[in-house]
Formats: sequence, structure tokens, C-alpha cells
Amino acid sequence: MAINPELHGGDLVKRHRLSTRLWHWLNAFTIFVMVGSGLMIFNAHPRLYWGQYGANYETPWLEIHNDGPSHGHLRVGPMTIQTDNVLGTGRFEAFPGWATLPGGYDLAKARRWHFFFAWMLVLPWLAYLITSLFNRHIQGELAPTGDELAPKHILHDIVEHAKLRFPTGAAALHHNILQKLSYLGVLLGLIPAMILTGLTLSPGWVAAWPWLNVLFGGRASARSVHFIGMSLIVGFIVVHLLMVVLAGPINEIRSMITGKFRLPEEGSPSFVPGLIIALRSRFAPAKEPHL
Amino acid sequence: MISRRTLIAGAATSSGLLLSGCERIGNTKAATSLLDSANDFTYTVQRSLESRGALAPEFTAAQMSPNFRTNGNTMPGSPDYARHLAANFADWALRVDGLVASPLTLSMADLKAMPARTQITQHNCVEGWTAIGKWQGTPLGLILKRAQILPQARFIVFHCADDFWGHNYYESVDLIDAFHPQTILAWGMNDAPVTVGHGAPLRLRVERQLGYKQAKYVMRVEAVDSLKSIQRGKGGFWEDQIDYEWYAAI
Repeated sequence: MAINPELHGGDLVKRHRLSTRLWHWLNAFTIFVMVGSGLMIFNAHPRLYWGQYGANYETPWLEIHNDGPSHGHLRVGPMTIQTDNVLGTGRFEAFPGWATLPGGYDLAKARRWHFFFAWMLVLPWLAYLITSLFNRHIQGELAPTGDELAPKHILHDIVEHAKLRFPTGAAALHHNILQKLSYLGVLLGLIPAMILTGLTLSPGWVAAWPWLNVLFGGRASARSVHFIGMSLIVGFIVVHLLMVVLAGPINEIRSMITGKFRLPEEGSPSFVPGLIIALRSRFAPAKEPHL
Repeated sequence: MISRRTLIAGAATSSGLLLSGCERIGNTKAATSLLDSANDFTYTVQRSLESRGALAPEFTAAQMSPNFRTNGNTMPGSPDYARHLAANFADWALRVDGLVASPLTLSMADLKAMPARTQITQHNCVEGWTAIGKWQGTPLGLILKRAQILPQARFIVFHCADDFWGHNYYESVDLIDAFHPQTILAWGMNDAPVTVGHGAPLRLRVERQLGYKQAKYVMRVEAVDSLKSIQRGKGGFWEDQIDYEWYAAI
């Protein structure tokens, strides 16, 4: 997308549409509840299998095992990781109480939370998808252009991110290619995958739509993919929050609440490096050797 | 500078606090009924999206679990059951009563003389594990027709020979699932009589719902217009005891 030459660093501009802001905050809460209740449901059988079936006689590819009051371990394939005092520890089968909803073992309650918020995930996601196609948010702001998809461009953006150098001025108004790919990945990849694998776990939905079982190769596999998808979403959120902090949390959060975003000054360092420079110059001795 | 450890601990603590806040709200009466409403909504959506006879997936013999684990009660404790087991269930009798025009008492031989259905289906436990097995039994619809179920009947209740803490196991389904072609009272499993661990001599298979609906040790089938007066009124043992959903197709 062309960069608007009228805009400069420091300008306060409109950034996020109302539909994006509404969906963002609703989803922030929904996904929080879905992960917490999902981890409690996982605790009921903390083992994952590939294939049509999978129960205690089968060998799981992932399991969390409680080895006593303060000992537990996670096994993924041939790899065993000791998770004392974190996973599979104390009275918790796998995930500890601070990470689950409810905080104690309650499969019935966790399922109620999960399936209420499942609708809060599905229906607004559908509405957002349709809205974003009609208002051309997807085509205009999220779809990568051919130039952006060039490996050289992607590599350049990765290097810039690694150096914590983010776009400034008018360029900061548009999503960069890494943002576009991750947002599209969540919107069109991860969320539908979570919905479909979730439905595959339900005997009622599988009877209504038998292709679900075919698509994921069975209920045991679907449960594994559901768990991996959850992990990827949690990973996305961690990186997303990190980027918000690095890019300037106040400006970023305001833009997601009011829609207004102040374009970073051209040539200015982004928030955290800027903060570090400011703190250094405040506290550092007057004579700093040149390096 | 805030250390990484503090940051992670802080994030964990705040998410923990937010989750326990949710939990507290979730325990209020209003929130409980709101959360429950999703199950009713799903029931309505599923029933309108799927055709009444939509079949649960069936599998080939090669796809069966080599070992089908048991769950719940695996040996009813009553002396009556022990006597039936010793006699190899020769005089086990299934009572069919309630809102039916002609109550029946069916022996195992009577049941096996009726047309049977064989199906290889998956057992979907609420806890998340899955096992695939072969079930052979009498379609419940045939039994209900023979007993001439009355028009005012709305649910079918299955009374079982096993109990937990003195509460007899029971389950119930609506008439759509009761007359579903895959809903059978199974007396055969994996080409042998149903074992005690799996519910001998008769186990309900209602394939579009979760494992806890698959009542074992069935001794009585009752047609009712309401579930309110049976035990605690929620339509099943686990529904009564720990609040599992009655409609267990999710």
C-alpha cells in the first residue's frame, strides 16, 4: 500500500476501525477464558495421541505426568522435561490451578465455560470475517502485496524486528509483512482450525458433519491439533504483547481503544530502546567512553 | 530493571487472579444459568443442523482399538448382580415400562431373537480419550415400538444395576436419540458377549453422545414425560452428582 506523503511522525491519526477494536477486546477475553477452561479440560486426560482412537492402552506422543507432591514431568515424544512445581505437581493432574478455569478440578464447570465462550469465539469471528471482507479490511490492510512477499523483503523485516527497529512516520500506519502474515494466520488459519478441531471432538457435530473426522484423521488427532493450535495462539499472544510493549504500549493500547494512533517520529528509536537510551543518559556517568 | 523471572511470575499471578475472578463470577446463580444456556443453544443448533437419522461415523475392523479400556463401575456390588453373573445372566430380564401401552419383560433370549444391529463406532469419553469398538445389540426403537410407547412420553430412562455411594446409575435420552438407528441395547462387544467391565449383560449405545450416556448393566427401560422426579431430576447419575450436561453430544 502506498505511503501517504501528507502524514508525518507525531501526527495523531485514525488507525483501527471500530469493528477491529470491538472484536479485539471481546476476543482478548474470550481466548483467555478458552485457554483457561481448555487447560482444565486437558487435565482430565493429560495425554495426546495421533489417530482415530487413543486411550490409556495407547502410547501418547505428549503426556504430563504427576510424580508426587512437588514432582512432575512433561514428555513429548522421546524428550522428557522435568516440570517440578509447575506441571503435574501437587494435587494437579497436569496444569496448575493458576492457569486453569476453574482453579480446581471441575470438568463440568470447565466445559460450561468452554462451550459458552466457544460461541463467543465462533459468532463474532464469523461477523468480523464478513465485515472485514465487505469493508475491505482484509483485502486492503491485511493481504500482503506481491512485493512484500518477496523473500528479500520478509528477511529485511525480520532483521529490522530483531534489531527492534520499527517503522516510523507514515510507514507505521500500515501493517508490516510480519504483522500481516501473523494476523492473517490467526484470523484465517488458527481460529478456524481451533473451531473445526473443537467440533471434531464432539460426537454430535461429527454425526452431523462426518467429513470433520476425515479432515483431521480422527478424534484423537483432532484433540492433538486442538492442543497444538492453542499453544500457537498462546505463542502469538506472547509475541503480540511483547511487540506492544516494544512499540510503545500507551500509544498502541490507545489506538486499540479510541482508534487514534500517534505516528512515531521519523528517525526516533522505538519505545523500549528509546527508554533505555533515556535512562542511560539520565543515570550514566557524564563521560562515557566512545565505543 | 524488572527481571524476566518477575515478569513471568507477574503475568502468571495476574492471569491467575483474573481466572479466579472469572471463577467467582461463574459461580453466581445468574452466570451459571447464562453459561448453561449455551448447552441448550447448542442442542437446538445441532438438532436443527443434523438430520434426525444422521449417523455417527462407523469404522472398519482394522480401525478398532486393540484394547478397549473400561471406565466407571466395572463390577456392580449388589448380591443380586452377583447371582445373575454366577448364572451367566440366564434369567436376566429387561423391564420396559412407564408410558407404554404394553409393558414388557424381555429375557436375553427374547432380545437376541429380535433383529440386531452391528456397528463399529467410537466411544468418546468426556475426559478426552477415545476408543473404537464393535457393538452388537437390539435397536431400542424396536423395543419401544413393541411396548407401544405412548404419545405423551418425551424421554427414555435407563435404570442400571450398578451404583455409586448407594445411588443407582441411570441415564436418559430424548426420543430422537431413542429412535436413532444406531441406538441399541448391546449384548455383544468385539464379537463376544459384553464383559462385566463393559456392562454385561446389556449396555446402552447412544452413539451421538459422550461415554457417560452409555449406561451399563441396564435392567429397566422407562418411558417418562419428565425427568424431574427421578433421583435429583437432572436426567442422569453424573448429571445429578457433578453437574455434567444432560445433552452430552459436545
